[in-house]
Order: sequence, then C-alpha cells, then structure tokens
Amino acid sequence: MTTAARNFEAGLQRPEDAQLFSRAELEKIRADFPILQQKVHGKPLVYFDNAATSQKPRAVIDAIVRYYETTNANIHRGVHFLSERATEQHDAARRTVQKFLNARSANEIIFVRGTTEAINLVAQSYGRANVGPGDEVLITGMEHHSDIVPWQLLCDDKGAKLCVGPIDDNGELLIGEFADLLSPRTKLVAVTHVSNALGTVNPVRKIIELAHERNVPVLVDGAQAAPHMKVDVQELDCDFYAFSGHKVYGPTGIGVLYGKAALLNAMPPYQGGGDMIASVTFQKSTYNKVPYKFEAGTPDIAGAIGLDAALRYVSDIGIDRIGAHEHDLLEYATTAISQIPSLQIVGSASEKAGVLSFVLENVHPHDIGTILDQEGVAIRTGHHCSQPVMRRFNIPATARASFAIYNTREEIDALARGIEKVREVFA
Amino acid sequence: MSDLRDLYQEVILEHSKAPRNFHDLADASHKAEGFNPLCGDQFTVYLRVDGDAIRDISFQGAGCAISKASASMMTQIVKGKSREEAKKLFERFHKLVTGEEPPKNGEDLGKLAVFAGVSEYPARVKCATLAWHTLQAALEGQAEAVLPDEE
Repeated sequence: MTTAARNFEAGLQRPEDAQLFSRAELEKIRADFPILQQKVHGKPLVYFDNAATSQKPRAVIDAIVRYYETTNANIHRGVHFLSERATEQHDAARRTVQKFLNARSANEIIFVRGTTEAINLVAQSYGRANVGPGDEVLITGMEHHSDIVPWQLLCDDKGAKLCVGPIDDNGELLIGEFADLLSPRTKLVAVTHVSNALGTVNPVRKIIELAHERNVPVLVDGAQAAPHMKVDVQELDCDFYAFSGHKVYGPTGIGVLYGKAALLNAMPPYQGGGDMIASVTFQKSTYNKVPYKFEAGTPDIAGAIGLDAALRYVSDIGIDRIGAHEHDLLEYATTAISQIPSLQIVGSASEKAGVLSFVLENVHPHDIGTILDQEGVAIRTGHHCSQPVMRRFNIPATARASFAIYNTREEIDALARGIEKVREVFA
Repeated sequence: MSDLRDLYQEVILEHSKAPRNFHDLADASHKAEGFNPLCGDQFTVYLRVDGDAIRDISFQGAGCAISKASASMMTQIVKGKSREEAKKLFERFHKLVTGEEPPKNGEDLGKLAVFAGVSEYPARVKCATLAWHTLQAALEGQAEAVLPDEE
C-alpha cells in the first residue's frame, strides 16, 4: 500500500500534499510563541516535550487575558451584559470545536478537563449503563494509562473483562489479532489514534469498521492526534473522540469529548450539579439536554475561550501544513539520530506522527534528559504513562523528543549534538 | 560541561557502570523493594542483619546512573555498620543531596560526598535517595519502600 493510501486508511490528510513552511513563515510562527524567546542554562530553549504539553501562542494568551479583563462573568444564568457576552463566547468556542472535528452538531461537543476526564466520562456513564458481568472492553497494547485505568475501574466494578490487542516489534497494532478479540461480549472498543510513547498512527478507520460490523461503539483517544492531523469525526464514523486543549496550543484544564448525539442522549449523567439539570426537587431531578447534561458546575470558561483561539490559530495556518512540517522534522530527526552509535529508536511503525522515542546503550534515559537539559534541550524521559508499552519492549523507560509547529531542523541538530555530549560523559 | 561533571563525578559514573554488591543475598534476613513510579527505577535491597549489626548487604534492579551509583556506594559504606549508624548516615546523606547541609571537612560521609552535586538538580534527588529509602524499609521489616512526596 502506498503512503498516501495508508494515510487515507488511517483517516489522515496526506502530508505530501501540503506545502512545507518557508523559513520566513517558520520564523513568524516562532515569534508567535513568547516562551520560545528565552534561554535555559544559557542556551536557547529547544522545546521537544510537545507530546506532554505544547507551548501557547500569543493569540491564546491574549484571548484569556482579554476574557478576564473585559468579559468575566458566569454563563447561562445571568441576564446582565457580561454574562450574556461570556455565554456567547463560550458557545462560540463550542462551535469552533465542532468545526475543528467536523461534528454534525455543536451539541455533540462536551467540554471536559482533558482527554483523561473525557475517557472517564464515557467509562462511568456509557460504560456503567452498558457493560455488565462477563462483558468485555477491548483496547490496544499501546494505550496511555488514561485509556487503560478508567476501563479497569469499570471492569472491576462490573465483573467485566479488559481485553488487549497486541502490538508487534515495530509498535504497530496486529489488526488480525485485534479483530479476533472482538467477541459477542465486546461492549466497547477504546483505541488511541496516535501512540504517545511510540508515535504509531493506528488504522482507526479500519478498527471502527471492524467494530461497527459487530455493532460495537468505538472511542478514539485523540490526545496525540488532534494537534497533528485533520480529524473528521463524521468521516471516521467514531462514536466518541477525546482530545486535550493543552496539547493543541490551548490552555491546560480544558478538553473535549465528542460523542454521537444518539449515544449522548441515551447516556446517564456523569456528575451532578448546577447547569446539568432542568429541574430539581428533593424527590427527583430531571436532566438538562446535551451537552449541558454532562457539564455540571461552572465550566472552565476562560479555558474554552483559550481553546477557541488555539484551534483558530491552528486552522488559520492549516493543520495539514502543520502535519507536513512535523513529518519533515520526524524524518530529518530519524535520519540524524539513527546515525548515532549505540542509539536505538523505539517505535518504527510505517505511519508515525511527531514522536521520536529512543534509548542509548548503557545510559539511562533519565541521565540523557538531565544532560540534554543542560544544553537547553527539553525532552521527556521515563515511561510516558505507558508502562505496558515499556514492558512490551523490555525497557524501563525511553527518552522522547516530540515535535510541534514551531520546531526547526536546527533544533534537531542541537538535539543530536546533545546526545553526542551524553555519550562523551558516559564514554 | 564543568557543571555536569559536578553531578556526574567519575566515581559516580564508575559505580553506575560496575556496581558493587550487585546480586541477591541467599541468606538475607531482610529485604525490601523500592520503586519510583515517576521514572520506573526499581531496586531490591537485601540485608543480613545479626542482632544490631548489618553483616552483609546487596542490591539488584534497574535505574539511572545516579540511583545505581548511590545504591552501590550505599552498600559499601553501610556494610558492617549498626542499624543506628545506617539510619544516621541516611539522614546526613539526605541533607547532603537536598542541599540542606553541604559536606564538611573531617566528616564521616566518606565517598558519599561526591553526591553533593545532586543538590543542584532537584529532579534527581529521588534518584539518589531511592536505595536509601529501600534500605530503611528493609530494616523496618517492610516489603516496600514508601517514597515521600516531597524530597
């Protein structure tokens, strides 16, 4: 299969269709991110921990400041000017997310704290209502802890079984084995779109097709996908899609759960409180319609407005161009660091997005991280909240560089020089 | 590079490459496991305690250079000491790596003084103390070391 065909299968835009940033465009983008202008330990900051959280452009920081300086009020209940304006901006943010994911309706967009809360919401609401003793939830061997533990909690509670589709030595899902694990007892499939530890892009379209043939709904963990590729929930036909605002240049504390309206309407509430009810008496309460049914309490209004600004920033530049840029960096980095003796890249799937995990012979990733930090290069070291993945590859941890819109090839050269320094120290 | 060498002293690198007492102890009277969930470092410390005296000590496991060297040098200095002396040594070592109390001349920290550089790297303090926490747990008869939240 060609790369283009595979991308289509995976539900991706084809990065080769998009034009790479010119030097001037990249400089302009970098200037949008105030934090990048600083030095760390006397060296220019090279920020390669984007899979953990991305930096924020001025547009996002300004939107949050503007909200608190000119608009701050609680939403929905106020009849006063500020409350109406805050409500309008919060609603507008929901419509921006709808457009970003190409959802049918803004009512299918639920604001949550992040991907983790989105998955917990589905596990505790949809899961508790639909998963019973002896039933099964199917995930993959490359999930983040946040797409494992919520299902374990549910399965422990219900006497259900958590099944895990295995991955191969390249870090790719074994799709045949995965299909075989779909059983008449499977009540839900939850898969990551892109692995945070390996960078693998999962064939989510294929997975959804397979599951739907058996009438099993699918949740896609999009935390590592939404910042890098066009996500079209209608084209994917996923039932739930979750992502975090802070990984896509927005603020922390805000994230999104997309759910198909029919499923959301049938699901019981997740948390009780203000805003999620239609009427309350001490005998009985009736619940508000979606999405409000799932948004108890005062939401992160400023966060939603910040996320709105972030998604508009991304869309203005073009997510396919961002993806193409990161793809270029990944290829450049893979070539550059695989020439370093005693370095081994972990995760060599044919489709990868923005993540480069590696280990050095006889040097623990923690020591790599400390020495690179002295060079101004910020990477992640550890198990990346994916301990089962580490176990699969029989390693305690990896060093991980992950790329974003503002990274450059020169920064990758700095990474490679830093790794050489690590090897000098440990020679 | 000079500041990095403060952390990665030759002695530390040497111990991390060739850790001493790096094996299990068939006749261990005490044993405990230490695990740092943040980074995945994992060590088991074995002890043969006779009355009050630590007659033998060894360790096994995986971790970064700092944690491994710290475990290795800990086994060397603790062997033959009393429980109380080991406890005091950990307290002193803890103050050293957190920067609370720099090494003093004529003090009985021995080679452990090379870990003074850790105090400049707050994220690495837990690496240096993991084996010591595990030793303490073993001496107290616990199977697992509990790492403090703040260190």
